[in-house]
Amino acid sequence: MDVVWDFLRSVHDVYGINLVHFYDGFERGRLLRGMWTTLKLAVICILLSVVIGIIGAWLQGSRFRILKAIVQGYIQFFRNTPPLVQMYFFYFALGPQMPRLINEHGIAQPIFGSFEWAVLSLSFFAGAFNVEIFRSGIEAVQKSTVEAADSLGFNRWQTYRWVVLPLAVRVCLPALNNNLVNLAKTTTQAYAIAVPETLFVASQIWSDRINVFEMMVTLLTFYLLLVSIFVWLMTRLERALYVPGFGK
Amino acid sequence: MSASTQRPAPLAPLSIRTQGETGYMASAFTPKAFSVALALFTCVLLAGEAWAQLRSGGERPGILATLWKWTPLVLLGPPREFGGFALNVAVSFLAMAIGTLGGVILGLAQISIFAPVRKTAWGLTQFFRNAPWLVLLFFVMLLTPYSVRIAGVTIPLPAWLKATVGLSLPIMANIAEIVRGAVNSIPTAQWESAESLAFTRQQTLWRIILPQCVKRMIPPWMNWYAILTMATPLVSIVGVNDAMTLTQDALAAEQLTELLMPMYGLLLLFFFVYCYPIARWTIYLERKYAVRI
Repeated sequence: MDVVWDFLRSVHDVYGINLVHFYDGFERGRLLRGMWTTLKLAVICILLSVVIGIIGAWLQGSRFRILKAIVQGYIQFFRNTPPLVQMYFFYFALGPQMPRLINEHGIAQPIFGSFEWAVLSLSFFAGAFNVEIFRSGIEAVQKSTVEAADSLGFNRWQTYRWVVLPLAVRVCLPALNNNLVNLAKTTTQAYAIAVPETLFVASQIWSDRINVFEMMVTLLTFYLLLVSIFVWLMTRLERALYVPGFGK
Repeated sequence: MSASTQRPAPLAPLSIRTQGETGYMASAFTPKAFSVALALFTCVLLAGEAWAQLRSGGERPGILATLWKWTPLVLLGPPREFGGFALNVAVSFLAMAIGTLGGVILGLAQISIFAPVRKTAWGLTQFFRNAPWLVLLFFVMLLTPYSVRIAGVTIPLPAWLKATVGLSLPIMANIAEIVRGAVNSIPTAQWESAESLAFTRQQTLWRIILPQCVKRMIPPWMNWYAILTMATPLVSIVGVNDAMTLTQDALAAEQLTELLMPMYGLLLLFFFVYCYPIARWTIYLERKYAVRI
């Protein structure tokens, strides 16, 4: 790898293209750690928001009107307010109200740091959309299928788990992909509460090393790659889950 | 003469079909839910107020008085300056206008018969659709100059204008996709019958295809407007005096922890009050203009 770094260093010397975030070991280290944080943030948020979506959609089909109203309130609130303000609300307004833990040095520290708050607020934001997406998928499942499961002695949860959900997931997968790609892009907002993810680290590097343009291009390439890989994986999943007789 | 030269069937019967709204989503989507949300917020505020008054023994001005003091600033910005929530709305209008204009051009370029134009437009659309908004915003903010000199006249580029352009880029790409999708949703027979009536390609597009597209594009277009409005607080990160920045300034001036939740809550409420009716209207139009096969 040293050959590559030396080459990039000479590119800087000769052409003035400052790719210091690749050839300098320290900058490379923090950029890679930032990318790793982005990946962790994206994966955890995606999983958590899908879980929220599944549970929310199940609760929406419940018999209790109050439960339905609460889920509906949650959806409308999170869909119609800015994700950035939600994140600030979680981190700055709810954060200080949380109980504190005493760490090994005897200092009180909040139970949730900025990373955890970013995970929570982004998951709840994307989860609100996921509930709607799963609901539309569930409504697309034919009533006769549910009745058939009922007549075979499945209870409500079993019908949901083994019959409705597997079919619904396949129906709503394209819409879900869209929302999850959006979520992966929205992780950049964690910058605002100083989570050391890629954008945050990149902005530190371009302030320290004055290579705004080169860093920006690297940053955009990273996010385009991330989104492309994710879309590719989800397309493969869509193909793997294909049910003969549904769609074209 | 084939039947395809006729105008598509009017969409009127749908309103009859959607009159009896079914499903739990429709039933919860009412102004009642909206007013319940407002009432809940007021109750929480009043409870907080009572609690703060009890704690301070009525010496300090209460939460409500403090909120009321800062509301004009957060809504309209500092005196004799443009800012606050009004700036968020202005940015959203302007970015939507720029984005729509650019998006229509880019969308039409995507269906061009000239391959290089089509492919370039496709590449641009994919790029701006898949890049994170905040990264694009930084891109525009940091890589454009503070002022431009055109023919000896220096025109300053204020931060809010640059931020608006930054936000309009992803909107442009998404509007382009809406335009492309709408044009593709028009039956091919419309193109063929126009051709048989000796319309040129340009005439067909402007007089036959696009007028039919407008109606289908309105609901997704409004949806993107709501998404854009909810993205406008991002400009606070790059140093524009919007409602978010001013809320934080007010909180910094007051230094009260009891104020954190009500102040951020109020800001959330401003956006909710603005965006929720748009969302409702979008759903109504979506049902009204739904394409039925």
